[in-house]
Amino acid sequence: MGLHMKRWTVNPETWGAVVSILGFVLLWYILTAVLKLPRFDKLPNPVAVFSAWLSPHPQFGLSIFTRGYYLDILYSVGRVLAAFVLATVLGVGLGLLMGWSRVFFDYSFPLVETLRPIPPIAWIPLAVLVLPTAELGVIFITFIAAFFATVLNTLLGVRSIDEVYFRAASCLGSRPRDVFWNVVVPGALPAIFTGLQVAMGIAWISLVAGEMIAGQRGLGYLIYEDYSNLQFVNIVIGMATLGLLGYGSSALVRMLGRRLMAWEGRRRGGAMA
Amino acid sequence: MSTVRRNFGEFQVTGLTHAYGGVPVLEDCSLEVPRGKLTVLVGPSGCGKTTLINILAGYEAPAGGRVLLDGQPVGGPGPDRLVVFQETALFPWMTVEQNVAFGCRVRGMPAGEMRERVQAVLVKVGLSDFQAKYPSQLSGGMQRRAELARAMVNDPKVLMLDEPFRGLDAMTRSIMQEFYVGLFEEVGRTNLFITHDLEEAVFLADRLLIMTYRPGRIKEVIEVDLPRPRTFQVMATQRYNDIRQHALELLFEEASKAFEAGSKAAFDLVDGLARAAGRQ
Ligand SMILES: Nc1ncnc2c1ncn2[C@@H]1O[C@H](COP(=O)(O)OP(=O)(O)O)[C@@H](O)[C@H]1O
Ligand SMILES: [Mg+2]
Repeated sequence: MGLHMKRWTVNPETWGAVVSILGFVLLWYILTAVLKLPRFDKLPNPVAVFSAWLSPHPQFGLSIFTRGYYLDILYSVGRVLAAFVLATVLGVGLGLLMGWSRVFFDYSFPLVETLRPIPPIAWIPLAVLVLPTAELGVIFITFIAAFFATVLNTLLGVRSIDEVYFRAASCLGSRPRDVFWNVVVPGALPAIFTGLQVAMGIAWISLVAGEMIAGQRGLGYLIYEDYSNLQFVNIVIGMATLGLLGYGSSALVRMLGRRLMAWEGRRRGGAMA
Repeated sequence: MSTVRRNFGEFQVTGLTHAYGGVPVLEDCSLEVPRGKLTVLVGPSGCGKTTLINILAGYEAPAGGRVLLDGQPVGGPGPDRLVVFQETALFPWMTVEQNVAFGCRVRGMPAGEMRERVQAVLVKVGLSDFQAKYPSQLSGGMQRRAELARAMVNDPKVLMLDEPFRGLDAMTRSIMQEFYVGLFEEVGRTNLFITHDLEEAVFLADRLLIMTYRPGRIKEVIEVDLPRPRTFQVMATQRYNDIRQHALELLFEEASKAFEAGSKAAFDLVDGLARAAGRQ
């Protein structure tokens, strides 16, 4: 009986994902295609969007069968990846240094806190002006806010490490660099990964802003182009694609985090057992 | 008991004074931790036991007084004076084996020798089969044993333990006490054990130091001449009860002071002492 039941049990996480997304599409369908509420009737309904998205010969020139669609995805993914890697390397590095050295913190924190609230969009003119190519400009815009999120979370991660670990390490004979690699880095890792997930989300948000204004190709550019051409079906395809890519990339970061922090996962597993 | 080895050290502490924000915690606190003996320091919560350990270990510099280890003034923290902390300080991100090997590794011990020593200690504390586990996967008692192993593997001159069995359930605590006293009797290292639990103190000690509350200093030294090896049978003897009764009277005064001073932790102690007094 137990075994038989198990075959029908869906992982609650998967179940939740399916219900919430299908529920949303259903609501969208009802509002736009069934009730046709005023103003909502202007929105493309899900049937129109999905049939265009999956059509070999799409009416508006965009579907999973067109080369341009994948080119735009490739551009966007490449930009996010470059910006995210840069934000991770520089942000984690800076955050660890800030948490590790009081002097470094005193000199860097005020500057970081001043630059951090400036929205990515505000950086666009200067980025375009200074950087040699528009491509680099878009990557910079994608990078900048993700970078600050990473710095801040890494810093908080180092600060949250219990003093007792530093004491244990130092009395066992650690040199400063042993403490850095064996206490500071692993101790901050959970917060670093929280930061990286936030950073990944921010990177996608900033990317679209950058692509709309300074870009060539990419999903943000696609949305902006189709806005000029009033092709709303394509805009929704672009939006949905962004959502899926954002979801997938966050899941990858989460997975990597779980793999690197085996001790955390097992702790949770142990608590549930 | 085994012969006293040369690398076992002894502390001479004279006239320690320390204050936090104008509140004197230690005042003219003098004590000795003799070579190869198990010295137990007992005092009410908040009397400055952890402060004293922090100074002996080199985490804090005292406002006044001297700490000599084998005649030499102590500096910052070092592997010759290791502390087993009040709350668990095993690195959660390292396996038991990595935790135990940590001291040897950062001091650059050759891999072969390190493995040998780590394995020997793990066998001694009965954690060989658990060496690949993370601390969070161990029971409280196992965590305490791993922590003992992480310190012992470095062969410190003095091993200091700050209420190491606090927070364990009563059964595990008793088992750990017997386990720990057995380890001590086998190795004979200089140990300074800190507790607020009087029964634990008398059961373990060669020498019992009773500490006063505000300011913290040593009120009396009691030589505990109970036979070794110790087992829990000793707690049924007249001699054990006499020593405990004597220490209880000394401690009760201090606990009452802490109680009147409004130390919340002291409620527990007075309560515990009253129960202990009623039980015999
Ligand atoms: N870092 C600190 N800053 C301020 N007060 C402290 C600090 N550490 C301990 N104290 C105070 O000093 C007293 C002694 O503390 P502690 O040595 O931890 O006592 P015990 O270990 O005997 O319980 C307590 O009243 C405590 O509140
Ligand atoms: Mg304490």
